[in-house]
Amino acid sequence: MNLKIKKIALALTGAAMSLSFAACSAGTDSSTDPTRGDDSTVAADDSGYNLVPRDSNGDGLITLGFAQVGAESGWRTANTQSYKDYFVEANGFKLVFLDANQDADKQKQDVRDLIAQGVEVIDLAPVTDSGWEPILQEAKDAGIPLIVSDRQLSVSDDLYLTYFGGNMEEEGKTAVKWLQDYISANNISDPINIVHLQGTIGSTAQKGRTKALDDAAPGNGWNVVYQQTGEFTQAKGQEVMESFLQQGKDFNVIYSENDDMTYGAIDALQAAGKDPKEYIIISFDGNKSAVQMVIDGLIDVIAECDPLLGPQVGALINQAAAGQTIAKVTYSQEGFIDSTNAVEKIKTAFGS
Amino acid sequence: MTISDALGRVVRSRLFFPLVCLALVLLLNVIVTMSTTGSPGPFFQITLTNGALNGPLITILNRSSELVILAVGMTLVVSCSAGTDISVGAVMALSGAVSIWALGFGQLAQNDYHVKEYVVPYAVGLLVALAVGAVCGAWNGFLVSRLKIQPMVATLILYTGGRGAAKVFADGQIDKVDVANYKWLGNFIQDSQGNNLVPIPTAIFIAAAVVVATALVLRHTALGMNIQSVGINSRASRIVGLKSARIILLAYAFCGVCAAVAGIIATSRIGGIDANNCGKMLELDAILAVALGGNSLAGGKFSLTGSVIGAVTIQALTTVLYSINVSADQLPLYKAIVVVIIVILQSPQLRPLLRRGRDGLKRLLPGDRAAAAA
Repeated sequence: MNLKIKKIALALTGAAMSLSFAACSAGTDSSTDPTRGDDSTVAADDSGYNLVPRDSNGDGLITLGFAQVGAESGWRTANTQSYKDYFVEANGFKLVFLDANQDADKQKQDVRDLIAQGVEVIDLAPVTDSGWEPILQEAKDAGIPLIVSDRQLSVSDDLYLTYFGGNMEEEGKTAVKWLQDYISANNISDPINIVHLQGTIGSTAQKGRTKALDDAAPGNGWNVVYQQTGEFTQAKGQEVMESFLQQGKDFNVIYSENDDMTYGAIDALQAAGKDPKEYIIISFDGNKSAVQMVIDGLIDVIAECDPLLGPQVGALINQAAAGQTIAKVTYSQEGFIDSTNAVEKIKTAFGS
Repeated sequence: MTISDALGRVVRSRLFFPLVCLALVLLLNVIVTMSTTGSPGPFFQITLTNGALNGPLITILNRSSELVILAVGMTLVVSCSAGTDISVGAVMALSGAVSIWALGFGQLAQNDYHVKEYVVPYAVGLLVALAVGAVCGAWNGFLVSRLKIQPMVATLILYTGGRGAAKVFADGQIDKVDVANYKWLGNFIQDSQGNNLVPIPTAIFIAAAVVVATALVLRHTALGMNIQSVGINSRASRIVGLKSARIILLAYAFCGVCAAVAGIIATSRIGGIDANNCGKMLELDAILAVALGGNSLAGGKFSLTGSVIGAVTIQALTTVLYSINVSADQLPLYKAIVVVIIVILQSPQLRPLLRRGRDGLKRLLPGDRAAAAA
């Protein structure tokens, strides 16, 4: 009962707030940046979204409600841990963490729970990319700013504060560029035959990382000799690699769209009596075990998809709270990890 | 004996159709190999590289191990209860998760969800997995035999709950085991330098051992016959003095143990437990293997050999689809097409039609008619 009253009160104040803000922003210029075309990457001030994170309950901390996808991969669990480590009182935050177990319906309920609890800012890493309009509207009506992370939503950009996450195609381009540089630096004249292990077909990460390779291969004269999905899992990556190996085709590069599939592919190589060090192995994400494998010489390069996003999201919230304009799309800072920086990376990112 | 009589005997054998299906799928493999390499040779080639036997046939046998083991357990369940156990995939994940939870007891979280060294002996970890499988199976059996719940509904509980429980034990993480011998059962047995001691994948031996042990027990005790008679008529069996409920419970418990063995192999293959994906959708392949083996899903008489052939057929099909670059997410469609064809081939309604066709053919063959007259 109490909760219900609180909810209604919240909704009312939220509605009142958004009304007053709407009045303020009525006169702003709404032209879009022509260089961006029809992209949604426009500045925040013309989107009609004016909520900013602030300490509304006066406890001196900003409460973040984090609606996480689940724990389906090493990347995801590292991502969760980074939020739990960063959003603590010492940094001026409180964290309410809800795990959707990869269930889109549960996640919608999770976000409603966060709204009902009256958190001060919501971070949503959506399980699916559709059907979110009503819930985003509810959050907006309740006056709670919402950050979409990890997976971009195709909704009107006046429903959320900003999108924050990795740029999957850019990661793919990083990997492709590394391969080009590696080939020219080592004067490799043999034909480049690539085994391409794809992620779950249709996912944002798969589409971006696949596009980068598909775009680059013909122009560079690279042959993709095998392209198959390993569904981002180690077991499937291993099985698919095994079935490729028994065809006896020549290859010298493995382009594997996440670390888990790379582990599986390396196991399959070893089981077939082949030495992984004789192949150029390109991986994505940058989990601790994978970085260790770069140090051991098993993996040649990892195009980083940094899972440790907690501090970057925290900085974003602080900026917004301080009244700075936040771009509608913010990409996390990413690079690549190879033999030149792996030792340092494992010290700075994983503390060992 | 005439040719057609001999042929007739072969055709009427229980294993004829399963073997034809296997042969067809292998033929498909050979054709694909020929189209890519120009000769059928590479498909049958087995080479020894760095202490590991390699070749398509080895890969198919190795990869079908889990399925063969699941199919053995499933065959008995189908036979005695005329129902299927759809929880085997989840039980694989659960037994693997509990086993690794025990092996890294109390130290998983502080070690980044890696088991650096065994907290309890490895053998205990394996026994824990088997025990979890047995308990899950017995629970299913209890629901089916004592509470008379339909098998699919009864096992639906663990189908959904088992994977959730596995995630609880794995703490929502992909728990890894870093101890070298953990990978032996799903890969190769190695010495301390990482060289293979046995060139054949261990999983093949485990699958063979499960099949042989089960076959021996069924043959040398009355158990096999009892299971079949319970499946054919559970009431009649009880009246003649068989403890039907206990036999059904035993079959489900055994199926659970088989799932645990498959789970041990699957977790060993990747050296860890991925509770979300371990054994995912494998329950359907296991049921399919039983059906492909010429066993009726309505229970009763069964052939263990048939189920084993069915399991290998499914894996051979998966392998050939991978090698012609069928995307893994479209695999179920192609599998379904092949399954439809195979199931039609095995339909009892089709056999009289075929026989009529054969008789017609016989009348056209003068040699056979002469032989028949003599």
